[in-house]
Amino acid sequence: MSITASALPDTAAVPPAPEGGAAARRGPVIPLRYVVGRLVGAAVSMLAVVFTGFFLFRVVPGDPVRSLTRGRAMTNAQLATLRHQFGIDKPLISQFGDYTSRIVRGDLGTSYQYKTSVSSLIGSHVWATVYLVGTATLISAFLGLRIGVRSAWRNGSRSDRANTGIALVLWSMPTFWLALIMIMVFSVGFGPIPGMFPTGGMSSPNVHGLFPVIWDHFRHLVLPCLTLVAVLYAQYLLTMRATLLEEVGSDYLTTARAKGLREDDVRRKHAVPNSMLPAVTLVFLNLGTAVSGSILAETIFSWPGLGSLFYEALTVPDQPLLEGLFIFFSAAVIVMNLLAELLYPILDPRVRTS
Amino acid sequence: MIADFRRRRAGMVGLGFLVLTALVALAAPLFISANDLSAAFAPGTPRQAPSGHFLLGTDAYGRSMVDVTIWGARISLTVGALATLLAVGIGALVGVVAGHFGGWTDTVLMRVTDWFLVLPVLVLATALASVLTPGVGTVVVAIGVTAWPTTARVVRAQTLSVESRPYIERAKALGGGHWHVMRVHILPNVMPLMLAQATLTVSAAILTEATLAFLGLSDPTKVSWGTTLQLARTVGAFSAGEWWILMPPGVAIVLVALAFTLVGRALEQVLNPRLQERM
Repeated sequence: MSITASALPDTAAVPPAPEGGAAARRGPVIPLRYVVGRLVGAAVSMLAVVFTGFFLFRVVPGDPVRSLTRGRAMTNAQLATLRHQFGIDKPLISQFGDYTSRIVRGDLGTSYQYKTSVSSLIGSHVWATVYLVGTATLISAFLGLRIGVRSAWRNGSRSDRANTGIALVLWSMPTFWLALIMIMVFSVGFGPIPGMFPTGGMSSPNVHGLFPVIWDHFRHLVLPCLTLVAVLYAQYLLTMRATLLEEVGSDYLTTARAKGLREDDVRRKHAVPNSMLPAVTLVFLNLGTAVSGSILAETIFSWPGLGSLFYEALTVPDQPLLEGLFIFFSAAVIVMNLLAELLYPILDPRVRTS
Repeated sequence: MIADFRRRRAGMVGLGFLVLTALVALAAPLFISANDLSAAFAPGTPRQAPSGHFLLGTDAYGRSMVDVTIWGARISLTVGALATLLAVGIGALVGVVAGHFGGWTDTVLMRVTDWFLVLPVLVLATALASVLTPGVGTVVVAIGVTAWPTTARVVRAQTLSVESRPYIERAKALGGGHWHVMRVHILPNVMPLMLAQATLTVSAAILTEATLAFLGLSDPTKVSWGTTLQLARTVGAFSAGEWWILMPPGVAIVLVALAFTLVGRALEQVLNPRLQERM
């Protein structure tokens, strides 16, 4: 409408002047310096996580040796031997020395409870979590971003208000409660609804043949996955809606309409690409947090992933395992964060030149 | 500003609901006695379906679910409010100090903030709650210590914009010290924003409180929505299809968290004119 609109190229690849948001972050001009800066930042965060991990779990009350030997007659000498084995009879400072030298070598220690290395425990449980969280993220991001775009485009309409309302309700819902309700309604059966899905686990015993096994897996995945989708969906929808609303009414969209583009093309080719950046960032950030967020869903559905492992470790308390998981969960978020930041300049030229 | 808020229907509905809930929670001791809530002298038989006498049935101890849910509001609201006070307090302090002093103070504080922002909140809160002795105070601290970074960021941004106004320069020229400028000139300007941030934090705090209580990290003898759901899970209420034990505390959490979110969003829109024209 204004003069500036005609001055702007009407391709979405070169969007209007930056105003706040991602473009406002103070970044170096040269991408290499940007990359190095982000890498150093991530390394510092990781270091801080390692330190916190140690001090946080070193002060956990409860004697792990006592809870492990509960119900068995143990002499004091035997208890002392166990304490020596775990290395918790030394003063805190030398424990910290052991700990850092271990971590540097990539050794996360040995679980009290499983008597195997924490790294191998994480390795054997991580895929179940990635499988669950990955599927849930794909579904919720697809639905959330799509419906978010529609909502913003018909801002204030009845469907927009309904969708935003649903998202806000899901946003206010405790994950564990939703999971329990899911079990009550769809596993056990409630009223006219028959129990259709298993209450937990990843597969049933005694299922043979390729298709029955796949079908069995799918049936086990449905409920925990739905729970996570419901939890993640709201944030995608609300963020996508809010960022696209920034673009609605922009001059370059008026230009696009003035040159005769169909409304769908205006939205798809001009408005949406410009608001994709925060959405993509969110997908990455959420991937990191969703891994730890699946603690509740996994615990309630006995999904054999990292979340269940964390909950179990918490009840002992299995210090090395808790420590290892804390470091792993934080590292997941830091790495995802880093990936998102490295993707920024590729997705949006404004970040490169600002 | 108040008139502006009143025009937002969702915000007003949320506010009305919260006032009502707070009044009921405050008045609860008038119509619920200690016996109604004790596990040993519970008024009904355990896990009774809803009837004329117990409108929402009874829980695993035989306590009326109506009483338990109403009483639960007291803990949930108290913990939500205290944790928010702590979180917004820390956040505002960090934000104002970072924004006012700038330089390396700002850099260091913001690095710490960003770092906290990155840490998985539930894992950290769980770890903290398990480190300290289980109890309501622990839950407050665990939530407060993990929930402040967003507030710090928002408050810092506002402080920076206030700092650039001429009257701050005038105050400094007249000999106003750091403390004076921060307290008299900056704090009143970031106050409304802190309020909006606080209402949004409360709903997160209430959800986290229920989660921590559910994980058994709160005081299990205190009746709260989280502990009620934990008890329901331990006795297997959901596999027995006892919806009257599961629904009331859960629905209460959703409604209260939703009400706080609605009020927070409405406040944000009133305070931020750029958001206002869009929503």
